[in-house]
Amino acid sequence: MCLGIPGEIVSIEESEQLRTAKVRFGGAMRDVYLDLVPDAQIGDYVIVHVGFALSKIDAEEAGNVFEMLRKLGEEP
Amino acid sequence: MRYLDEYRDGDAARKFLDAIAGAVTRPWTIMEVCGSQTHSFLKYGIDRMLPEQVALIHGPGCPVCVTPVEIIDQAIALASRPDVILVSYGDMLRVPGSAKDLLSVKAEGGDVRMVYSSLDALRLARKHPDRKVVFFAIGFETTAPANAMAAVIAEKEGVDNFFMLTSHLLVPPALEAIASAPDNRVQGFLAPGHVCTVTGYVDYERLATNYRMPIVVSGFEPLDLLQATYMLVQQLEAGRCEVENQYSRSVKREGNPQALAVMDDVFEVVDHGWRGIGVIPSSGLRLKGAYARFDATRAFELEAATAPATESVCIAGLVLRGIRKPVDCPAFGSDCTPEHCLGAPMVSSEGACAAYYHYARQGAAR
Repeated sequence: MCLGIPGEIVSIEESEQLRTAKVRFGGAMRDVYLDLVPDAQIGDYVIVHVGFALSKIDAEEAGNVFEMLRKLGEEP
Repeated sequence: MRYLDEYRDGDAARKFLDAIAGAVTRPWTIMEVCGSQTHSFLKYGIDRMLPEQVALIHGPGCPVCVTPVEIIDQAIALASRPDVILVSYGDMLRVPGSAKDLLSVKAEGGDVRMVYSSLDALRLARKHPDRKVVFFAIGFETTAPANAMAAVIAEKEGVDNFFMLTSHLLVPPALEAIASAPDNRVQGFLAPGHVCTVTGYVDYERLATNYRMPIVVSGFEPLDLLQATYMLVQQLEAGRCEVENQYSRSVKREGNPQALAVMDDVFEVVDHGWRGIGVIPSSGLRLKGAYARFDATRAFELEAATAPATESVCIAGLVLRGIRKPVDCPAFGSDCTPEHCLGAPMVSSEGACAAYYHYARQGAAR
């Protein structure tokens, strides 16, 4: 139920009520509402849940898993 | 797919498993709160690869499983009315009410429809102005902002045939109930990353302090869960009780301000029932103010029905509280399967019983 899928914004459309985007998930494309992440732009990756983007993925923070792995590798 | 595949790397997973094994010196019991996390642990077999000292307890984080049976019965009653289109997220259709489920109402001629998003439900209301469209709005904090948006737009557009039957639940009060129970065995929480994407984790810091409970906000992919488990084990071994954020690519400490604002506009906090657990104070949301007119329990004058007590061998309540494992149930895999279930955790795609059924089967998981 709380499933959130990362996808890439490929286009944005503004209407009176809503800001919607075409978001690519691998091979699939879906309409996604951007109202909860107003600063999201084309090229951003967003976490999408029941048709709404909930967050913009922070590319820098996304590396922290691998940063920790690198440090683990350095320890004797 | 970017941001998925790289978090499923087997070699990296083994490095984290080695690190966890190296850090553990004694037994620890941790709870992954969210049902999607339970599914990942079992799907990838991580529960069986962790050192024996690290025991997992599966949490109540499956909104479909904890939606009170009384509210499912209300949905079934509404769906049976000829003037109503009952609109639901797909997961809810096969969850048993006290006598039947929504899918069987549909088979009997009720107009029950499945949607992917709350705004699809609103679209149905615009398309069928002669019918009453009731959206069965369930979920945790992850889903509440999306459902709230439907109420906001319905109010702006003056849609008067759109209603919401809500069961919105809040995670921190449930964790507090678990942590404060006299028989609690949980020593640390893996907190739900998508709930915290919306809410942030300030409330979890209060829990960590008040109950001396280390918490790591965790993502859902194998490396996320392994890193978060490693971080949690390090806290436990060091005697620290902090909130750490493993899922920082999506979660900020203060959460998503737009999502929190729309929730706050539309909903108020109330005591709420949890199926299998009971009423937890201040653990639910209800439509408030100008939005209360969309509340189906008001519009249809539904009684706050109490479900009749039924005889069942199902131990869903004990499973949801982490006291028993799905495989402890005498009906598991025999009288209760995803096709013909006795309890909600077997039918939901996030339920612990369904995870055991699909990925582990009897006796395979600790």
